[in-house]
Amino acid sequence: MSRMTVDDLRRVLVECAGEADGEALTADRQDRDFEEFGYDSLALMETAARIEAEYGVRVPEERMAELRTPREVLDLVNDALVRTS
Amino acid sequence: MSEGVYVTGIGLLAPNGAGLEQHWAATLAGRSGIATLSRFDVSRYPVRLAGQVDDFDAARHLPSRLLPQTDISTQLALVAADWALADAQIDEGFFADYDTGVVTSNATGGFEFTHREFRKLWTRGAAAVSVYESFAWFYAVNTGQISIRNRFRGPSSALVAEQAGGLDAIGHARRTIRRGTPMVVTGGVDSALDPWGWVAQIASGRLSTATDAHRAYRPFDVDACGYVPGEGGAILVLETASAAAARGARQVYGEIAGYATTFDPPPGSPRPPGLRRAAESALADAGLTPDQVDVVFADASGVPELDRAEAAAISGLFGPFAVPVTAPKALTGRMYSGGGPVDVADALLSIRDGVIPPTPGTAEVPEDYRIDLVRGVPRHREVTTALVLARGRWGFNSAVVVRAVPGPRTPAPRRPQQQQERT
Repeated sequence: MSRMTVDDLRRVLVECAGEADGEALTADRQDRDFEEFGYDSLALMETAARIEAEYGVRVPEERMAELRTPREVLDLVNDALVRTS
Repeated sequence: MSEGVYVTGIGLLAPNGAGLEQHWAATLAGRSGIATLSRFDVSRYPVRLAGQVDDFDAARHLPSRLLPQTDISTQLALVAADWALADAQIDEGFFADYDTGVVTSNATGGFEFTHREFRKLWTRGAAAVSVYESFAWFYAVNTGQISIRNRFRGPSSALVAEQAGGLDAIGHARRTIRRGTPMVVTGGVDSALDPWGWVAQIASGRLSTATDAHRAYRPFDVDACGYVPGEGGAILVLETASAAAARGARQVYGEIAGYATTFDPPPGSPRPPGLRRAAESALADAGLTPDQVDVVFADASGVPELDRAEAAAISGLFGPFAVPVTAPKALTGRMYSGGGPVDVADALLSIRDGVIPPTPGTAEVPEDYRIDLVRGVPRHREVTTALVLARGRWGFNSAVVVRAVPGPRTPAPRRPQQQQERT
């Protein structure tokens, strides 16, 4: 399985929860808090379910709730992908 | 005596017009929104006609974030609320957030959304079901989403009483205002036109199986054969007379002057149905006698025995042929929780414009109904007071009295409603 990129995460977020309220998620904004994009805890729960379906990486709900930024989500997913490859 | 509760804004989406003035113009012209249901292939279903709000693109009116988490019924409700608030021209910040409430009714929940998620459940498993299903199906979700979107944080609630619920919401909104919340957004919206929602409606046994859109829903007609379901509804802005005066409200459509609700006795009981008592109690609540009512907007079931029962209630209370009766919902279909609020909106526009819309399609009313049903063309006459009736399946009866505001009225512009888009 290939790595999950910022563009992948943006696509999944939009599919699950709609476009961000303000600026779109891009590589130079991946350290911003999800709240700045308008994504709440439900949006992230939905995103976690979609990541598991697409990438086979399970992100427990309580773990997802601790992740504040897109980079933290990508690191978790990609570390898991590396471990299982 | 309690302070008056005024209607100062209306947002409406109905099958014969998405927008208050579009709907009203269509209603007076007899333009119907009833056609063959087009959301899916209905050719093998026993009921095929519905009132659909066509050309409604939620993405044009609502932020992208709200779309994946809302059923079409909630999208219609959110847009109706936006239009009602725009119509009332309430400046942001005029009311404190805890001084604004939301009271809506909903009868069928988020059928289309839930059908889609259930399909994922049985084809792809539980993990594929949207987390938003947790609330998107729910009767109270329209109240919640309107509250969140507009930051209305005062007392809020949701009422469920099938087709009667929309009037109950308006009545409870008035009660909420009288308990000290100066502005409440209220009304009802429903939509259940996906295959699952459709069969659930058919199961009531009250739907018309006719295939001619002009003859399928003819309430009070000798050939009445059930009703056509519709989607949509209306959201109203209610506020105290003093709040409306203090902010210089640009229009007051009228006053919610009376409200009452009753429940039918169980089947087989010798006691009469509760509709007449609801109407009497609403008039008493308004401090009015039957001779002061200028028009009755009927529940107009279209099921012959229910039409007969309603006609008996009306002619019994007012006297034979004593008050004009109308049912413009024959142009939209029955919209469940949306039906009562749309009738209230039509009643308020009857007051504004001095005209009673007709009951289209209905040609011959059984003589022993003894009601003066407005048929064919609008009837021009001054309207000061209107009684709106609604019945919900399983025994709900509700009645609202609307009245012209005392003193000089602000004439409302006759231009089409601004469909303000806010994202």
